Amino acid sequence: MSAIHVSPAAAPAPVIVIRGRKVVGGVCEGEALVTRDRISGWGGIDPRTGSVIETRHELKGQSFAGKVLVFPGAKGSSGWSAMFHMTRLLNSAPAAFLFNEMTTKMALGAVVTHAPAMTDFDRDPLDCIETGDWVRVDADAGVVEITKRA
Amino acid sequence: MHLSDEEKAMYDGRDGPAVQKAMDLLVRYGEALDAERLVETNNVCATITSTTPFQRDFAQAKGGMDAVFSEFSLDSQEVVAIPKFKTFTSHLQLGFDPGQPERMGVSEETVRFYEKSERHAAGLGAQIMNTCTPYQLGNIPTRGEHCAWMESSAVIYCNSVLGARTNTEGRESCGAAMLTGRIPYWGYHLPDHRLATHVVELDVEIESVQDWGLLGYFIGEHVQERVPVVHSRRGIARVPNLPRLKHFGAAASSSGGVEMYHIVGVTPEALTLEQALGGQAPREVLRYGEADRRRTYEKLNTTATSADIQYVMLGCPHYTIEQIWEAAQLLEGRKVHPDCELWIFTPRAIKALADRNGYTRIIEEAGGILMSDSCSAMSRAVPKGTRTVALDSAKQAHYLPAILGIQAWFGTTSECIDAACTGRWTGGLQ
Repeated sequence: MSAIHVSPAAAPAPVIVIRGRKVVGGVCEGEALVTRDRISGWGGIDPRTGSVIETRHELKGQSFAGKVLVFPGAKGSSGWSAMFHMTRLLNSAPAAFLFNEMTTKMALGAVVTHAPAMTDFDRDPLDCIETGDWVRVDADAGVVEITKRA
Repeated sequence: MHLSDEEKAMYDGRDGPAVQKAMDLLVRYGEALDAERLVETNNVCATITSTTPFQRDFAQAKGGMDAVFSEFSLDSQEVVAIPKFKTFTSHLQLGFDPGQPERMGVSEETVRFYEKSERHAAGLGAQIMNTCTPYQLGNIPTRGEHCAWMESSAVIYCNSVLGARTNTEGRESCGAAMLTGRIPYWGYHLPDHRLATHVVELDVEIESVQDWGLLGYFIGEHVQERVPVVHSRRGIARVPNLPRLKHFGAAASSSGGVEMYHIVGVTPEALTLEQALGGQAPREVLRYGEADRRRTYEKLNTTATSADIQYVMLGCPHYTIEQIWEAAQLLEGRKVHPDCELWIFTPRAIKALADRNGYTRIIEEAGGILMSDSCSAMSRAVPKGTRTVALDSAKQAHYLPAILGIQAWFGTTSECIDAACTGRWTGGLQ
């Protein structure tokens, strides 16, 4: 767990709360990894490391393993679910999925990854979450709590 | 999500643990989508067999083929005995051509395990078509038929050209559909979701296979996953045939996520522009003219700088017999250059026809090879030493440079055959 450094004199880091719809239930927390690029499964990620491999992708070379992945949604081949399914079997899956665009690829991929997942937010998570923020996802209650990186 | 009495009985285990697990996945998936219910289907196209060392080890460790199907096709960590499929099920393309292990760089052991999984899948009821174009092998759903298909180029053909109804499914939802005859009633199963959102007004005539690929690639980039309708004020001069629409759809579903399109006067849900739009105003009207055509061509050729060609791949999506005939005519009496290889991909059932027609012999005498079951993007297999490839498929030109880090030229079939015979790229947009 990466530490959040708050100096004793500083005010507590502000917490932002947004609400959305449960896609896959569960509760977890972790560091956010945010991109405005859609993610491809087959040909777009390496399930051994949980890294994005697509040429010209904003996250190319970065791993989402154990992170709260915040992104617009899925794109590309129908192998999307099979690739994210593999991340679960190889322990490189994201801790949670927060996304805006519902598609069959996205829904099935989230379901077989078994990670908490949410969509249909009252505020766009891409506008209020940045990479490195600490995020608590309670998909069952439909609540996301964001602690901004100090 | 609402379940019928029959679905509840399957969910409660009446038909055994595998059907129960399949219903459990469909309920989780349907609720994730916020679907109101399931719909009956008797037409599934999917990947079922195992082609990776990971799956081979998984089978050995966890309990054979049932364990592989349970995990990879049903998302069930409990190993359940898999009963025969309820639905007509077509097997899609694979990660290699099992008839060409050496050329594809796969071990005998991997092929043997694959063959075991193929026998298992066939025994359960899978049709071993092993193609991205099941509609070439008699799987032609009728208009309005609810399907559960994977493979983006097949999904877009099914929805748009045939007027059948499918979303882009995945391995697990297809596995569940095979055992239950159900899939979530969502997306392109609903009539309102099939209406066009974007109009593409043609300012140029679209005639050749290459033209249709360029138009598809342009449209996908602009509309992403929306529903375009192609319209020409003068009417579509030459009605596109199967190879043209196959290429068009594959291109649009590669540069964007298009799963459904209309062509006014050609596709079944677009007798008129008004019908395609369902009486609503389009969100956007795009124009496609000569400058757009040229820009799209240049975009598809951005990775290529060297005119020396080591590899020519044809057959993405899998070639029709008409396309093999064309390639054979272009090749007859010529020889593939010694520094270059020519691989052509088609379903094995169509290869049998090409064998009989003498086309395979013509291709082989020229030094090329007719292959099946796969393609270079699926297999990541190219001839050794390939730095630059020539392709007549916009989809393959989109994927190969990204997947394999090689340069790709995109052109016509004739330009590709010339490149194979000379080892040089001399193509250019006409």
